[in-house]
Order: sequence, then structure tokens, then C-alpha cells
Amino acid sequence: MASTRNTVKRPLSPHLQIYRPQMTSISSILTRITGNALIAGFALSIWWLLAVASGPEYYGFVNRIATSWFGDIVFTLSLVAVWYHFLAGLRHLCFDAGLALDVPTAEFLGWICVIGSLLLTVLTLILI
Amino acid sequence: MVQFTLPRNSKVRNGKTWPKPEGARNIRTFRIYRWNPDEDRNPRVDAYYVDMDSCGPMVLDALIKIKSETDPTLTFRRSCREGICGSCAMNIDGINTLACIHGINDISGTVRIYPLPHMHVVKDLVPDLNHFYAQHASVMPWLETTTNEPGKEWRQSIEDRKKLDGLYECVMCASCSTSCPSYWWNGDRYLGPAALLHAYRWIIDSRDEATGERLDDLEDPFRLYRCHTIMNCAKTCPKGLNPAKAISHLKKMLLERRV
Repeated sequence: MASTRNTVKRPLSPHLQIYRPQMTSISSILTRITGNALIAGFALSIWWLLAVASGPEYYGFVNRIATSWFGDIVFTLSLVAVWYHFLAGLRHLCFDAGLALDVPTAEFLGWICVIGSLLLTVLTLILI
Repeated sequence: MVQFTLPRNSKVRNGKTWPKPEGARNIRTFRIYRWNPDEDRNPRVDAYYVDMDSCGPMVLDALIKIKSETDPTLTFRRSCREGICGSCAMNIDGINTLACIHGINDISGTVRIYPLPHMHVVKDLVPDLNHFYAQHASVMPWLETTTNEPGKEWRQSIEDRKKLDGLYECVMCASCSTSCPSYWWNGDRYLGPAALLHAYRWIIDSRDEATGERLDDLEDPFRLYRCHTIMNCAKTCPKGLNPAKAISHLKKMLLERRV
């Protein structure tokens, strides 16, 4: 007996393309993005530290890059990422403890992570 | 596996624009996903115009009106039209919900309707739910007992019965599971919010005697722990239930039985 199931290649329905952005999923993916982006930030910091051990000439070269406008951008963004990742981590600690698991509270805490990370970044930049 | 773009055979093209109803003054536009297995073509989005003066208030009313007056080939599931059967779950205006209890007036502008996300399409708005149902069956959604059956019925205190509130109301519409990015990427192995909510519903049932086996079955990096508490499930549930909370309780129970 002919079966349409096996002969028809069914399309996959659209997902990311059509789903309205949700605070719930955006805050989650930002946690991953900031976590991964920090690897790049850390790589630059470690390169800087290694340069210290390699002597004054090489340190001068790396130092120029790390303190250039490019370095400033990377470290400022890393700062935002550190704060966001930190706050999101606290939010997930609450989740893991079984707290804040209703939608309004979870969304509110999501906004706290986004706005809080920006405020804390500005505060950190002022204080250092 | 994470794949952000659609496979080549799934990319959505622009479709047909159907004629406007004559003499209508209060018209709204519906853009609806279409795919026909009998045609060797990609999915498309058709535009329909509905006269709101002669249409019921819910999205399902408009779909039925389109099917009976404009385009009889438009295919979708529906049954109870009051949010209790779970058949008409689809993606409306960017979120998963039941067409029968989602008001057209709650949507601004064009009404965009797609099948439940990241599912194989049977036709138009009908997704293939076989795997989803198999996952539900895998959590043994029934009472498991070893003691002799009581003469009359398995009794339960009022307090124990209350623990099932917010769980038993699930109508298995699949809105939650298909809103979950983790289910999109790992739905083949991750059970998803709906099946896990049902797993929890039987685990906390005071009459059930297979709690240990049920928890054993969930202790798996994929079946349970692909839940990253994103909470799109609770956000979208048309019945206002909270699968994320149920899953969190499951994780807690697994942790607690270790210490």
C-alpha cells in the first residue's frame, strides 16, 4: 500500500522567524551570549597578562592594543556581560530554589538583569 | 540540534491574495501559512480579507468563515470551540495559543497565523503531533499501583487532591512545548514542558505508587535537564498553567532524594 507519510518530505514550520520575542527567551539567550562573549574578553585579558611576563617590548605592543579604542570597547562590553551574567546567574539561583517561577516575576527579574547590568556598568566606569 | 534557519524545502514564499468580500466595510487582513502535500512546492503565506461585521469574535471564527466562504481548501484542526479540546493550537500573532479562545480584537493590524513552530507540517495549519503524543505516553500518564485494588475507589484527601490543581487542566494542545527553544533544538530527546508537566502530575498524585520509577526515568541529561527555565511555556499556555514550575519541582525532587 502506498503511504504518503514516507514519500512526502514534510516542511518544518517556521520558529525563530515568526515567534514574537519574549522577555523569557530573550533573557535566557542573553545569558548564553554574554557567557560566550566573555571568553573573548578573557582571552584579551590573559594575552595582556602573558605579555607582562614576556618582557617590556612585547608588553608595550599588547598594552597599546588593550588600551586603544578597540580595547576600550571590548572591555566595556565585557563589563556589561559580566554584570548581566552575574545578575542572570542570581535569577537562575532563585529559579533553581523554586522561587520567582511565575511569569510576571520572572519577566520583572529579566528586566532587572537587563537594566541592572547597564546601570552597574555605568556605576563601575564612574568608580574606577 | 540548533539550526536557526529553515531547511530549503521549508522556506516560506509569498502566496496568493484572495479577493476582498464585496460590500464589506469593516475588513481585516489574515495572512495564513499554507502547505499542500499534493503539490511539490514550498510553503507559502496567503492573504485573506474577512468582513468583521459578519464574523464571530475569535480567530477560529475567522478561520471557519474563510474556509466556508472563501477557500474550502484551508486546513486546520478544531473541535470544541471553547478551549477544552486543545485541537486548534497554532501560532497566532507570534505566540502559540488556541484559535478558539484568542480574540481577533486582541490583535492589532494584520492577523498572522502559522502552524505550531518547529514541527513537521501535515497540511496548512496541521502539525504532525505523533512524536509529541509518544513523549506524553512515555511518562505513563495513568495511575500505577502495586497494592490490591480497593473495593470502591482509590481515595484521596482534599489536600492531596489540591496538589493536582494547575496540572490536571492541561489539554495537551502542544502550545507550550512548541514555544520552547530547547524543545525546538532537542525535541527528539527532550520531553518538553507538556510531557514533563504530566509526569509531575502523576508523581505528586498521592494515589500513585510508582514515584521512584517515574523519577528514575526522568533522571537524564536530555529527557528532563534540557529545561533551562526559559519559561516561554508558562508565558504562552492558553490555559494559564505553569509547566516551568512543575519541571522545577521535578528537578528539586530528584535533588532531594539524593541527599
